[in-house]
Amino acid sequence: MTASTTDRAALVSAIAAAHAAERGPLLPVLHDVMAELGHIAREDVETVAAALNLSVAEVHGVVSFYRDFRTEPPAAHTVALCRGEACQAVGAQALYDATCARAGSLGDDVEVEEVFCLGNCALGPSGTVDGRLHGRLSADRLDALTRDWR
Amino acid sequence: MSARVFVPADAAAVSVGADEVAAAFESAGAQVVRTGSRGMLWMEPLVELDTGAGRIGYANTTPEDVAGVLSGAAPGIGVVDEHPWLASQRRVTFRRVGVVDPASIGDYEAHGGWAGLRRALSLSPAEVVQEVTDSGLRGRGGAGFPAGRKWQTVLATESEQKFVACNLDEGDSGTFADRMVVEGDPFTLVEGMTIAAHAVGASEGYVYVRSEYPHAVAALGRAVDTACTHGYLGRDILGSGLDFDLHVRVGAGAYICGEESSMLESLEGRRGEVRARPPIPAVRGLWGRPTAVNNVLTLCAVPMILADGGAAYASLGTGRSRGTQVFQLAGNVRHGGIVELPFGVSLRELVEEYGGGTLSGRPVRAVQVGGPLGAYLPASGLDVPMDYEALAGSGAMLGHGGVVVFDDTVDLARMARFAMEFCSLESCGKCTPCRIGSVRGVETIDRIIAARDGQGDVPADLALLDDLCTTMTQGSLCAMGGLTPMPVRSALRHFPEDFEARR
Ligand SMILES: Cc1cc2nc3c(=O)[nH]c(=O)nc-3n(C[C@H](O)[C@H](O)[C@H](O)COP(=O)(O)O)c2cc1C
Ligand code: SF4
Ligand code: FES
Repeated sequence: MTASTTDRAALVSAIAAAHAAERGPLLPVLHDVMAELGHIAREDVETVAAALNLSVAEVHGVVSFYRDFRTEPPAAHTVALCRGEACQAVGAQALYDATCARAGSLGDDVEVEEVFCLGNCALGPSGTVDGRLHGRLSADRLDALTRDWR
Repeated sequence: MSARVFVPADAAAVSVGADEVAAAFESAGAQVVRTGSRGMLWMEPLVELDTGAGRIGYANTTPEDVAGVLSGAAPGIGVVDEHPWLASQRRVTFRRVGVVDPASIGDYEAHGGWAGLRRALSLSPAEVVQEVTDSGLRGRGGAGFPAGRKWQTVLATESEQKFVACNLDEGDSGTFADRMVVEGDPFTLVEGMTIAAHAVGASEGYVYVRSEYPHAVAALGRAVDTACTHGYLGRDILGSGLDFDLHVRVGAGAYICGEESSMLESLEGRRGEVRARPPIPAVRGLWGRPTAVNNVLTLCAVPMILADGGAAYASLGTGRSRGTQVFQLAGNVRHGGIVELPFGVSLRELVEEYGGGTLSGRPVRAVQVGGPLGAYLPASGLDVPMDYEALAGSGAMLGHGGVVVFDDTVDLARMARFAMEFCSLESCGKCTPCRIGSVRGVETIDRIIAARDGQGDVPADLALLDDLCTTMTQGSLCAMGGLTPMPVRSALRHFPEDFEARR
């Protein structure tokens, strides 16, 4: 992730080239940039636009529309908690509010996000911890799952 | 010989420790088969030990239980297939889920797979469409449009290129059946889409999977590759002359991309903004070509319909709701999971008999049916039969079949606010009643709640909220803005006390 500007541009161009023959390649390209680099920087938008023969405005418009595409580097750790109705029925809103309020106690550089349904609605409250899905979450369970962060 | 155990690799089972349990069985020398989930989710991890007398289940297994399961000392739930919760269901779409190894194409064939495709390929496209029409199958994504009629439109529209697109965006809270069938039995979707391709004359297909479902993306990708290798996808499928390529695409975190035209925009690489209709996707869909867009459960019902005939499927169900519906019990419910039954079962039977009431043990107060755009029904309204028309008669809708249970601690004013908040967060922004109306809705309900809990003018804001709902219902381009008033108004109608001043 410490790629220099030119390395970064070369990598993003290579990702775009790998998908260029597909129909509608923009989302697959942006997903791969996220996976490789953790976020989509402004210069990546320009590189992708040039590689796929799209306008910068068009690529920017797509990046800004979708929640998955972030334009800033992520925190070291992420907890995403579901606020969908099924999880709310078993206390997810209180868990989310409390976790936001004590994000700092879980670790140094922790981001708490809200999500709306992870397809685990019979075993809520659901959430992901650094991308891994967990069911029947509680404050104690979150403490245990994030122990290594402290 | 080492013992054979089945351990679900379904995301829900994994979310409560199934991977750790599988690893413990492997360390103990057992042969582990990773399956989908049976859908008895409150028992997960539910492992099954292969015995001469059937597969014996062990509920809520932890790594510490492994030795006991292998020695026979642990208390089991008996033969899983004979468990009343499961045995009383009518599993059609879900019959292989939790039973087979989803990675094994041999397992799929041994459990009746590809019979529908073989028969379809022996029929003309029009005959396949007729079978689906005869089955009475209606779209399971929410709108309930007859699948045969949609396919007929695509078939009848001239074009040198057509597409089949499967909607695996499954954004509704309280729903997970698309995910589970694709994780547990992915070849069924491949087979259903290939039959659809033959029926409508499509040469390419896309599955749009939401990014929240990485397990489903992996299972489906593997199944597509395997099906290609074995000649069920690609050129000249099974020597029939049919060419069909299937691509898996991943969404990027936008609820509106489950709306079909927004999904098509997203597949084409644009912002997921809803398209005005007409034209409908069946006439001008992906890249302007005729496209059959269907939900996962719609397409997964098709192999059975072709294998056993449309009449067999139509013999199940009630009225204009034919076949089975995969209900999903979620929220504050003791026995959450998958209940597949013919249409017509009452909501009460689902919530009380199958669901076993609330998880908290408190009284059921409200049940939301059909996702975030669906109605809240009161405990006194649970006798409604679960079919499209009866639910509509109760001011509700089936949607994708999600049933979310709430106990008596629920605050329906807060849930109504959430419906508006969700709409404001997920609106594609194309039309004002939805984009702005939902923000106004949040503000108005905030005032109502503040007044309820203290001082203020509740009646004026209630009238304003009602006006907003009318504007959204009448002025929205799609059902996001158009149906958000359904949960709000049902909350107002059935739970007025939650909006009134508290003494
Ligand atoms: C806001 C909104 C979200 C939707 N989400 C989904 C979804 O996640 N999955 C789905 O299959 N259909 C969804 N639909 C319905 C689709 O627009 C469409 O009716 C369906 O995919 C057609 O397939 P079917 O006829 O097989 O149901 C949604 C509709 C709206 C208005
Ligand atoms: S109703 Fe909402 S989501 Fe639907 S088109 Fe209008 S703004 Fe977009
Ligand atoms: S509502 Fe939380 S996982 Fe579905």
